[in-house]
Amino acid sequence: MTAAPQTTATTTISGWGGYPTQEAQVIIPRSLSGCKTELERHSSLIARGMGRSYGDSANAATVLQTTCCDHFIAFDDKTGLLTAEAGVTLRDILKITVKHGWFLPVTPGTSYVTVGGAIASDVHGKNHHVAGTFGQHVVSLTLLLGTGEIVTASPTHLQDLFHATCGGMGLTGVILVATIQLIPVKSAQITQKTIKAASLEEACEAFEVYSASTYSVAWIDCLATGKRLGRSVVMLGEHSDSGGLNLTVKDPVTVPIHTPAALLNSMTMRAFNIAYWAKAAHDKTQTVPLQPYFYPLDALGGWNKLYGKAGFVQYQFVLPKADGVSNMRTILTQIAESGAGSFLAVLKQFGPANKNLLSFPIEGYTLALDFKMSSSVVALLHRLDDMVAGMGGRVYLTKDAVMKELTFKATYPEWQEFEAVRHKYGALGKFASAQSKRLGLA
Amino acid sequence: MRKILILGATSAIAEHCARIWAARGDALYLVARNEERLKTMTADLIVRGAEQAHSFCVDLNDMQKHVALLDAAETAMGGIDTVLIAHGTLSNQKACEQNVEQTLAEINTNALSVISLLTHIANRFEAKQSGTIAVISSVAGDRGRASNYVYGSAKAMVTAFTSGLRQRLHKSNVAVVTIKPGFVDTPMTASFKKGLLWAKPDHVAPKIVQAIDKRKYEVYVPTFWWVVMAAIRLLPVRVFLKLTF
Ligand SMILES: Cc1cc2nc3c(=O)[nH]c(=O)nc-3n(C[C@H](O)[C@H](O)[C@H](O)COP(=O)(O)OP(=O)(O)OC[C@H]3O[C@@H](n4cnc5c(N)ncnc54)[C@H](O)[C@@H]3O)c2cc1C
Repeated sequence: MTAAPQTTATTTISGWGGYPTQEAQVIIPRSLSGCKTELERHSSLIARGMGRSYGDSANAATVLQTTCCDHFIAFDDKTGLLTAEAGVTLRDILKITVKHGWFLPVTPGTSYVTVGGAIASDVHGKNHHVAGTFGQHVVSLTLLLGTGEIVTASPTHLQDLFHATCGGMGLTGVILVATIQLIPVKSAQITQKTIKAASLEEACEAFEVYSASTYSVAWIDCLATGKRLGRSVVMLGEHSDSGGLNLTVKDPVTVPIHTPAALLNSMTMRAFNIAYWAKAAHDKTQTVPLQPYFYPLDALGGWNKLYGKAGFVQYQFVLPKADGVSNMRTILTQIAESGAGSFLAVLKQFGPANKNLLSFPIEGYTLALDFKMSSSVVALLHRLDDMVAGMGGRVYLTKDAVMKELTFKATYPEWQEFEAVRHKYGALGKFASAQSKRLGLA
Repeated sequence: MRKILILGATSAIAEHCARIWAARGDALYLVARNEERLKTMTADLIVRGAEQAHSFCVDLNDMQKHVALLDAAETAMGGIDTVLIAHGTLSNQKACEQNVEQTLAEINTNALSVISLLTHIANRFEAKQSGTIAVISSVAGDRGRASNYVYGSAKAMVTAFTSGLRQRLHKSNVAVVTIKPGFVDTPMTASFKKGLLWAKPDHVAPKIVQAIDKRKYEVYVPTFWWVVMAAIRLLPVRVFLKLTF
């Protein structure tokens, strides 16, 4: 019955990729007023949710973890309007709303993320081309500012703060509460259609042909070269009309320990890629439950440990649509030559960018893949960064662990406006992460 | 639908139990001393599916109020059929050793206030010949150890009391469930270094709810603590004295 916050002694924390790590004091306030008290007690900190960002965006010497601020405030099953504390996870939301016929307007590839994290990274899902980002469905949010003041921001009120906070990587303040507009669904099932694409060009063509499809994503074999470069399985999805609203939420099977990194060498990856592509059926339609469709990896808890102790970096970049396909081919060739890429390569077409200052998506093509961490990988990523920047693209901050300040400032041109908003609302210096320092933000 | 009274409702373990009950559509009555957190929790439990969620803000050390809060809970839910007593503080052993008042205060919170509540509840349930009373005791009560015997002795009292109460109420169809958690990673234990023996509240809560459903007698959560504590109890004093835990 103690009201004190849960403050751990110093522990080692990291993002989901396990790289880089940092010694940190982790504070877990038990209530929203506890967040304010802790903010006043520390000179500088960063908010942290479930730590599902891959790199160092939720790392700092002091982190304020929101996982005990995980209460629902209101849910209207007539309108689909949901208000919750920032530490509520998407998984918790689904357990409550799906049975009433409401689903997340946008969801990332794991349900183990908090509402605060989803807003701070302005996450996108397989429906970006039709629905935009998570932030575009936030009706309003309550933010704890660096001054200790608590304010409500929305697309119509304190707009500058709202558009800096959505996608702002925790650097404008601590999101305490958010109201989100959910979307109506008739079933907890997805009708999925799979199409095999023999090359990158075919995959991108499929995105055009099926642009009206609600969900679309391609799993790409990024080790294939030459004519087969970019061969992929394009997966389309629509919410089903039938099958009932019963959501099956299974607990994950857990990977207990770090596996020897050798398990994931390029031979096994290649074998996996070939098997995956060969197994996929062309032009096949089937009905699958929401959980495995959106969150295939959630069935395996702690899968990140498969990369061994050194960790990994997930690299996700976007290239503008103009020349996007040929530019993507150039980068894929580079990755294939390095032989360091993973089987988890996901290709997706993005719709137009939004007004959020540091939001990642721009209209074009995005690719995400894992690199097992090593010193040569950092150099490779810097090379890729330069190529991406040169093509007018950018790298996703919530996955980034190595980007240079210059690259960031060149590819996120609104960073100065972002800093101005932070200055106006007392965030400079108060909210800082290992990432924000690396990227040269104040 | 169960009508459940939770004492010390804002404790991490109790809150996770409450969420399971809410999802099942039970009626809940929460008692704790932090008004803000009670308000937050009641709203949360309603969204999670609770048929009703009420709250009563009180420091359970104030035993004068025990009758009033039981009356209030009965009125609000139209009766009580299940009680979970989960309040408590993890005593600062070193400080208690130097301070009698602090020691007695810990015993008061962790044992006497529980016994006061149990006495009132037992009589009410005995009269209506039904009900389930669950109490969070602790493995610490199984054998007093240098590192936390103030807390441990209070829990030993709770364990012994519930054992006797179980026997008394058995013929009245009232179940008394004694729950003995091992190390649980909660705000109460935040400053401890966590090892393999530690469990998360969301792992422990389903086991507690299940024990209550099945009207078990005494349960260790996680179960392996039964073995650990059996071994610790069996250690000869001569060996026990040399250990440092
Ligand atoms: C398997 C997997 C699949 C993924 N798929 C996708 C995908 O498809 N699309 C996509 O966009 N992303 C994806 N992600 C990334 C993930 O959605 C984001 O990193 C998300 O932000 C993680 O949320 P979190 O609660 O874990 O936040 P954390 O990782 O803890 O924090 C991430 C950032 O949010 C900030 N933050 C967290 N909480 C708050 C708060 N309350 N107030 C202010 N700032 C806060 C932190 O400071 C940090 O900058 C994926 C991640 C994984 C592990």
